[in-house]
Amino acid sequence: MKKTMMGNYAASWGAQLARVQVIAAYPITPQTLIVEKLSDIVADGELDAKFIKVESEHSAMAACIGASATGARAYTATSAQGLALMHEMLHWAGLARLPIVMTNVNRAMAPGWSIWADQNDSLSQRDTGWMQIYASSAQEILDSTLIGYKVSEKVLLPTLISFDAFFLSHTMEVVDMPEIELIDKYLPPYKPDYKMDVNDPRSFGALTDEQYYYEFRYKMQKAMDEAVDIIKEAGKEYEKITGRAYGLVHPYRCEDADMILVTSGTIADTTNVAVDELRAEGKKVGNLRIRVIRPYPKKEILEVVKGVKKLAVIDRNISPGYSGIFSQELKSALYNEVDIPVRSYIAGLGGRDVKIEDIKDMANDALKNDAPNDLIWKGVKI
Amino acid sequence: MIEIRMHGRGGQGAVKASFVLAEAAFQGGKYVQAFPRFGVERRGAPVEAFTRIDDKPVQIRSQIYYPDGVIVLDPSLTEVVDVTKGLKKGGWILVNSDKEPDFFDFGDDYKVYTVDATEIAVQNKLGSRTAPIVNTAIVGAFAKLTGIVTIDAVFKGIDSSIPRFQEENKRAAKQAYDEIESG
Amino acid sequence: MVIKFQNNDKPVIITGAKDMPPMAAALGSMLQNKTGSWRNVRPIIDYDKCIKCFICWKVCPEPAIKIVDELPVIDYDYCKGCLMCAEECPKDAIDFEKEGK
Repeated sequence: MKKTMMGNYAASWGAQLARVQVIAAYPITPQTLIVEKLSDIVADGELDAKFIKVESEHSAMAACIGASATGARAYTATSAQGLALMHEMLHWAGLARLPIVMTNVNRAMAPGWSIWADQNDSLSQRDTGWMQIYASSAQEILDSTLIGYKVSEKVLLPTLISFDAFFLSHTMEVVDMPEIELIDKYLPPYKPDYKMDVNDPRSFGALTDEQYYYEFRYKMQKAMDEAVDIIKEAGKEYEKITGRAYGLVHPYRCEDADMILVTSGTIADTTNVAVDELRAEGKKVGNLRIRVIRPYPKKEILEVVKGVKKLAVIDRNISPGYSGIFSQELKSALYNEVDIPVRSYIAGLGGRDVKIEDIKDMANDALKNDAPNDLIWKGVKI
Repeated sequence: MIEIRMHGRGGQGAVKASFVLAEAAFQGGKYVQAFPRFGVERRGAPVEAFTRIDDKPVQIRSQIYYPDGVIVLDPSLTEVVDVTKGLKKGGWILVNSDKEPDFFDFGDDYKVYTVDATEIAVQNKLGSRTAPIVNTAIVGAFAKLTGIVTIDAVFKGIDSSIPRFQEENKRAAKQAYDEIESG
Repeated sequence: MVIKFQNNDKPVIITGAKDMPPMAAALGSMLQNKTGSWRNVRPIIDYDKCIKCFICWKVCPEPAIKIVDELPVIDYDYCKGCLMCAEECPKDAIDFEKEGK
């Protein structure tokens, strides 16, 4: 059934449809509405879940870890400084191989104090062993929550779903709510092979010497590798019941493109519109949206970009001292595989609006110029 | 695609107006997008909100810079904010005002309409006398002058997006719909 | 190492790194790892002096003192010889001797 809702509420409804059993969260703008709505849903008896009020985000993740270890489906949501405060626990959830799903509203790290869109908060958590999805619509937020649990519970890795503050979190749009009966079939209750059980007491996360730790890391890497195909399968299965397809990368008009823009988040959607306009001007430009950055879809990206003359990455994030993070990752994926120049742009940090004209400017600049080594700050007022 | 910008003052319901408008268009079978200008809103400070209406899902995710129409919830804003900024030639401006359209000088490029949404809101006891909530009345007027949404769709929009005083809000929308001279 | 990890109805037998679980769960077992071998002094209870107050049972950090037939009994498979029991015994009923004599 189609409804209108803000992106934040799409996350709440996604968690409800997933029948999460434990929600532990701490409020932070612009995430607050997500858990506020969920607390209503739980209080109204529309979801049989335990809502745990905690004193910090660190505690929120700790509570989710405990819940998930006992086999409960656990959920939380946060943003920016809140996610950063969770950092230690993110590693724990990853290495304990707990299928927690978390929503993160991408918000700029302070200072200067900001509540607006920027991907640095979640990309800073890239190496904690969480799968990472970047959504570009409210519909995708809801759908990704369900697909996230499906994949997480299969590969035993947690999933982080991120989306841009305000451009999605507080934007109302049309979302098709899948029928709960279909979702119940798609996402049956979580039955873990390994769980904390008072009737079978075991140590969890105990001292692990070099005899084993190294192998745990190896196993995590293997799980990430396997996750690539499992994300695809889960996406296909989801398409069967809803008609909506999700992969790790979403190419748009890339088949015959001379140049492909590589984007993520809400900038990716606006880029589709810019691509249409550029095409109308006779410029053969495509857009490749990176939806999943961990596991990194190297093969899937290479399939799309091989044969293209040039790539231009737009990053709403920066690794200070180097470059945009999607750009770095793309370059490392291409190395030893194909020789395609990459031009790297930074845009929209701290929620600065990235307009169609801005994207067309960057595309035209990339079409004209080769010099791939300089980082270009679109619209910086210096 | 139709892009509409709302100008209001914090607390006047501009954001809600953009949502009700979108909801009405959605009830009429359209795809919509509505969002506030992402500032830190304070009561009384000028605020903006946006609504996009299309026959297919809306993909643009930037703010609206070249609107087809502008709705001004508080006439005093026309003195502090350039409400016509970026407005397309031939575009329309709907002002909540007890004055006639020719009272406002926006140049010759635009069509100007007025509706006394404040008086309608007060009559229907929406908000307080000093801070009436004018958003549903304005949306009723919008329906009449643009024909983009029907008044029935506005009623449905009120039902699904306004939690309280739905009947009063519907009456206000209908009253504005009936009072405004259609474009 | 052979350890059964029994959850739901799926037993997991761990015989080494190859088939260990994906996370650090139930890696070792105190059934195999007898920490009594770490001990260099051995506490001995003098049951003639013992008043069955069970303070030793309470303070043993391992815990390697069990109650058998209403008497405290040291489990030397796991007693590490810290002598906390001897220190806390109100009747000085626990003495010790060096291991490996």
